[in-house]
Amino acid sequence: MSTLKEAKVGQTVTVARLHGGGAVKRRMMDMGITKGAEVYIRKVAPLGDPIEITVRGYELSLRKADAEIIETA
Amino acid sequence: MEIRIALAGNPNCGKTTLFNALTGSDRFVGNWPGVTVEKKECRLKGHKDVIITDLPGIYSLSPYTLEEVITRNYLTEECPDAILNIVDGTNLERNLYLTTQLTELGIPVVVAVNMTDVVRKRGDEINTGLLSEKLGCEVVEISALKGMGINEASAAAIKAAVNKTPSIPRHRFCGCVEHAVARIEDAVSHNVPEERRRWYAVKIFERDDKVLEMLNIPADIKERIENYTAEAEKEKDDDSESIVTNERYIYIASIIKDCYKKKNKGKLTVSDKIDRIVTNRILALPVFAAVMFVVYYVSITTVGTWATDWANDGVFGEGWSLFGLYIPGVPVIAENILTAVNCADWLQSLIIDGIIGGVGAVLGFVPQMLVLFIFLAFLEACGYMARIAFVTDRIFRKFGLSGKSFIPMLIGTGCGVPGIMASRTIENERDRRMTIMTTTFIPCGAKLPIIAFIAGALFDNAGWVAVSAYFIGAAAIIVSGIMLKKTRMFAGDPAPFVMELPDYRMPTAGNILRSVWERGLSFIKKAGTVILLSTIVLWFLMGFGVENGSFGMVEEIDNSVLAKIGSGIAWIFAPLGWGDWKAAVAAVTGLIAKENIVATYGSLYHFAGEISENGNEIWGGFAAEFSALAGYSFLIFNLLCAPCFAAVGAIKREMNNPVYTAFAVTYQCVFAYAVSLAVYQFGLLFTGGVNVMGLIFAVAVTAFMIYMLVRPYKESDRFTRNVKVKT
Repeated sequence: MSTLKEAKVGQTVTVARLHGGGAVKRRMMDMGITKGAEVYIRKVAPLGDPIEITVRGYELSLRKADAEIIETA
Repeated sequence: MEIRIALAGNPNCGKTTLFNALTGSDRFVGNWPGVTVEKKECRLKGHKDVIITDLPGIYSLSPYTLEEVITRNYLTEECPDAILNIVDGTNLERNLYLTTQLTELGIPVVVAVNMTDVVRKRGDEINTGLLSEKLGCEVVEISALKGMGINEASAAAIKAAVNKTPSIPRHRFCGCVEHAVARIEDAVSHNVPEERRRWYAVKIFERDDKVLEMLNIPADIKERIENYTAEAEKEKDDDSESIVTNERYIYIASIIKDCYKKKNKGKLTVSDKIDRIVTNRILALPVFAAVMFVVYYVSITTVGTWATDWANDGVFGEGWSLFGLYIPGVPVIAENILTAVNCADWLQSLIIDGIIGGVGAVLGFVPQMLVLFIFLAFLEACGYMARIAFVTDRIFRKFGLSGKSFIPMLIGTGCGVPGIMASRTIENERDRRMTIMTTTFIPCGAKLPIIAFIAGALFDNAGWVAVSAYFIGAAAIIVSGIMLKKTRMFAGDPAPFVMELPDYRMPTAGNILRSVWERGLSFIKKAGTVILLSTIVLWFLMGFGVENGSFGMVEEIDNSVLAKIGSGIAWIFAPLGWGDWKAAVAAVTGLIAKENIVATYGSLYHFAGEISENGNEIWGGFAAEFSALAGYSFLIFNLLCAPCFAAVGAIKREMNNPVYTAFAVTYQCVFAYAVSLAVYQFGLLFTGGVNVMGLIFAVAVTAFMIYMLVRPYKESDRFTRNVKVKT
C-alpha cells in the first residue's frame, strides 16, 4: 500500500482511500482530499515536514503523519 | 420587520471585507484563515431594519471544530432569514462544498462569488446562470474589495429573506444513500421542522453525535435508522460520513466543468513566484529570520527608540522643538497653568505627579507601539502568516505546539488578547491549550515600556536587553511546552494539521491603518481609563498615611498607606532581589495592566520630587534603588508572570474551563518566580554575594526543571484514540 507520505515532490497522485476515522479523516475529506481526487505534491518545508500540496486547485499544507492515512493509487 | 442575514463561507474568502463594505464598519481584514473568530453583528448601510451577521469562516458543517459547531448552531437555532454564502471565485471547487451543505438547511441562500475581479484578470469565466441552476439558489458576482456588485448581493439576500423561499438543494447522492436518507426522513419526521428534514436526515445518516444527542431519538427507531445506514455503508464499502463527503465533491466536480472556464492552465502566478523564494527549502528559514529581525529591530531600536524618546522626554518631559520652535512638555504646561490659577497644592500634585506622571509614562510608548502594529498588520494582511506556520511547524512540534502556534505568538507581540483569541484556529486541543498558556510569555506591546524602562535606567539603553526579553519569552515557551506536554493534563484528541496557504495579496493602506488605529486606540483608551484610575488610587494611597501619630497627607512616602501595603507583601519577592515595597506594588499593579508598572514608578518618583535635569527622573530614582541584577530579575518576573486582567479574561474565555484557567495563571506565576529566582541567585553567585538559602532553592528549582525537560517521554500514537468503531 502506498500513501501520500511516500509520494515525491513534483508527483501527481490519485487518492484511493482514507484510513482512520472520526475528526481526522473528516477534516481531510472536508478539505477536498476524497477518493479519486488528484493531488500534486508541490514542496516540502525546510525541515522535511509538513508538505505542501495542490488539491482541487488550491494550496494546502499537511503533516506527513496525517498524509500517512491517505492511500494513493 | 427586522431581517437578519448571515454571512457564511470558507475562511479567508472575504467575508469580513464584504461585512465592512455592507455595514460601513471597520474591522481588520487579515490574509490567513481564521481572522474572524467570533460572530459580529451590524446593521446594513442604508437599511435600518437589516442586520448582517459576520460568522467565523468554516470549511464544512461537521461536528468537529469549535467554529463549525458555533456556526451551525447559530444557523439551525437562531434561523437567520437568509444566508449570504460568500465563495472565493478563485477557489470555487472547495468553496462550493460548504454551499452544498448550506442549501440543505432550509434557509434561503444567496451565493456571492467573490474576487471576480481576480478571476476576470486571469481570463477565466464563471457561468453564474448555470451555477445557480445547479446549486438551487441565486448566484451573484461580486468583488468585496472593489465594492463591485455588493449592493446587488445584499438586495438579492433581502429579496430571498422576504420571499421566504428556502433553497432546494439540487445535488443528489447516489441511489443507496438517497434511499437511506429518505427512509430516515420518514422515521424522524415528527421530531424535526419540515424545512430542515433533509438536513437532519443527512446528519443522522452521517451519525453526527451532536445531532443525535439533540434529537434524542427513541431506541427502536434508532435501531431501524442504523440498519438503513449500515446497508448503504455495505454497498459503498465506506463509512457513512465519508460516503456523503465524497458524493458532495463528486457532484461539485461534475458541475464545475461547465460553470468555470479556465483560460491558462499551469501558468505560474505572482503568488507562486513569491513562494518559490519565501518557502524555498533552503531560503525559507533565513527569510523568516530576516523578516522577524527587521520587524523587531526597526520597531524597537531605531524608529521605535526615536519615537519613544521624543514622546517621553519631549511631549511628556521638559519639551521639544518643532522646526526650531520650542514646544514645552505637557507637565511644564500643566504646571504653569495650575500655578497661574492658584490651584491647591494637593490637587496640583494629583494632576502633575499622579495623573500626568503615571499616564504620561505609558502614553510615551504609543509611537513605538504604533510602529510595531504597522508591521504586524502588514504581515497579517499579506498572507505570510500561513507560510510562517508552514515553515516553523516542525520546530514547534518538538515543544508540543504546532506551526499555527506561531500566529498567536506573533500577534501576541502586539497584544496578548487577540493573540490568545487567534489560537482558535489550532485544531488540536492539546496544542491549542498549550498555545493559550504560553502565548503571553512573549513580550506584548504593553511590556515594551517595562523593557525600555529597565534598559534605560540600568543598562544605558543597551539593545541586548530588549533582544534578551524576546529570547527569554521564546525560551519560556519552549521550556514550558516540553515540560507541559509530558503532563497528563495535556493529552487531547488527535486532530490533523491541515492549513490552506492563501495567495499573497498586497494589503491596502486603509486596511493596515484600520488595524493600527484599532489596536492603538484600545491601548490609548486603556491609558485613559484603567491606568488613569489606578494612578489616582495609587496617588491617594501613596499620598496619605499615618505620620507623627495622625492620619493625613504624608511628607515621607515611606509612611504612606501604599508603603505599608507594599511592605506587607515585599518579603515574597525578596529572594528575587527586589524585596523593596515599591517594586512589590509595581508588580501587583502590573496585573491590572502591564504598562501600570511604569506608570506606578512614574507616580512614585514624581511624588518623591526627584526631578532631574534631563527629564529621566524616573530612571535615576530606579537606578538608585536597584542593582543591575535585581532589575533584570524584576524584568523577567514581570515579563513571564500572569498577564493583565484583560488577557487573563481572554484565557478564561478560550480555555472555557475553570481548572485550566486557574492552572494557566498559577503556572505562569510560579514559572516566572522560579526563573527570576534562579537568575538572581546564580547571578549573585557570579558577582560574589552568595545567599546560601536562596542558592539552595535556586539549585532545587533548576534541577527540577532540567529533570522535567529530559524526562523520557513517548508521543502517544496519534490514531489510537477517538477512532470510530465500525458497527
